[in-house]
Amino acid sequence: MGAHAVARRPEPGRPAGDLIPAAADAKLFSLAPYVVFVGFLCTFVVIPFGGNLIVADLNIGILYILAVTSLVVVGILMAGWSSNNKWSLLGGMRSAAQIVSYEIPAGLSVLTVIFLAGTLSMQGIIKAQGWGPWDWFLFHNPFTFVTFFLYFTAALAEGNRTPFDIPEAESELVAGYVTEYSGMRFLFFFFAEWGNLYVIGAVATTLFLGGWQVPPLALFENSPFLLGVAQFVTFFLKAYLWVFVAMWVRATLPRVRVDQLMTLCWKYMVPLSFVCLLGTIGFMFVPADLQRVVSAAMAGLGLALVIIFFLRVIFQIKQAKPELYFKPHI
Amino acid sequence: MNVASYVKDIVDTVKSTFEGMSITFSHLVRRPMTIQYPDKIPQPIQETLPRRYRGILEVDLDICTGCLACERVCPITCITIGIDMIKETKQRQFVHFDIDVCKCMYCGLCSEVCPTGAIRHSQEFEGASYNPAGLVRHFAPQPQNLYKPKKGGETEPKLIAKVDIGQKYLDEFATPDGGAAAEKE
Repeated sequence: MGAHAVARRPEPGRPAGDLIPAAADAKLFSLAPYVVFVGFLCTFVVIPFGGNLIVADLNIGILYILAVTSLVVVGILMAGWSSNNKWSLLGGMRSAAQIVSYEIPAGLSVLTVIFLAGTLSMQGIIKAQGWGPWDWFLFHNPFTFVTFFLYFTAALAEGNRTPFDIPEAESELVAGYVTEYSGMRFLFFFFAEWGNLYVIGAVATTLFLGGWQVPPLALFENSPFLLGVAQFVTFFLKAYLWVFVAMWVRATLPRVRVDQLMTLCWKYMVPLSFVCLLGTIGFMFVPADLQRVVSAAMAGLGLALVIIFFLRVIFQIKQAKPELYFKPHI
Repeated sequence: MNVASYVKDIVDTVKSTFEGMSITFSHLVRRPMTIQYPDKIPQPIQETLPRRYRGILEVDLDICTGCLACERVCPITCITIGIDMIKETKQRQFVHFDIDVCKCMYCGLCSEVCPTGAIRHSQEFEGASYNPAGLVRHFAPQPQNLYKPKKGGETEPKLIAKVDIGQKYLDEFATPDGGAAAEKE
């Protein structure tokens, strides 16, 4: 078909199949993308898409997720080192420093939820919550509310998402650890990165947003199939909301500098997550009646924040006096 | 760093992120500034350009006197004109009149010196071509007689319009101060 076209494929630039730099460590170089991919794919084992829709409800579910996502660092460091390229190595080192640092606030945020739920199992954490926002751990008390945002920020940094994508900062490092990669191996890196975005959303949904919990309607009592579908849709939409938010953050915030990234993690997020952890522990001694009042108040506050946000959006639209236009697809 | 500035940093971060997120969300319902060129545009870009836009040069050979002023003034000699004389009739005619758009730097000197306004900038800017030779514009595909301005004004109706267009171009756009005068009107 190319012969029919006027502008043909340029002949000299055609890659000859498997591209591995001559100076690279070939074995590690070709293995690295799969290590990253396995680290991402293994998390799907414990993601609870529905009440019965889970591959294996491990009793250490959330710990397992923290463990296998750490495998991504190994793969990225392998890619950076084996490419034998300064950009790749710098990208790999940055990524290692970033992911290892941000695992601490992320782990502490997860620990907060584990204390509340009293279990590490993903299904157990969801069952400890309810279908209504007032039963979610997000609105359990003021500390978990802050913890959620700490977790989400730390997870974005762990997933190398903007504004924390310094390992592949194109203005400084060409493409970071993927500089030397092309073809299928390149794809595996980015498959893992974008897939990780969904995993972040799914874990955030499980930990803080009540997972697949649906209202106990009479409709669902006779039909387990409908119940399963409703649970799956609920979980899927909640998880995708956070994928949307991650892209939205990407459209909003500029990339941070390396020192700013480390300052944010060690000076702000780690102390804050400790405060939230201790605060939640303290809150667990509060009488149950009062806890319920605080949860309802927090849910009200959340609703108020959403309303204030949309009022602000309307204000921005009025301020700019734009031509209104809604077409999400191009 | 004291506690007050520490707390202020956190509050500032949250507030500015909140504000930024509301601005980007409002962009979901705003029309984008970009134009889907060249596929989805309501009218050709050429028609929307300002009239003094210096696009690719065009020549109206019907009113070109063959004075070669443009060829001489062109700093990079992208205009080449060939003029021959037929011996029997003593009629001079263009053999070729080529403008190499590859070389042209759109300085506009040729359109300023032209006495009749025959050479001028068009609104055309799309210069894509498969090879450099395709960018050489040939304005005299076959030999054509030179234009001789008649004393007391042009009489042939077809040429009157062309002379007027050329004169208007000279008055309004080609002269350095003429453009400013035209904009004032």
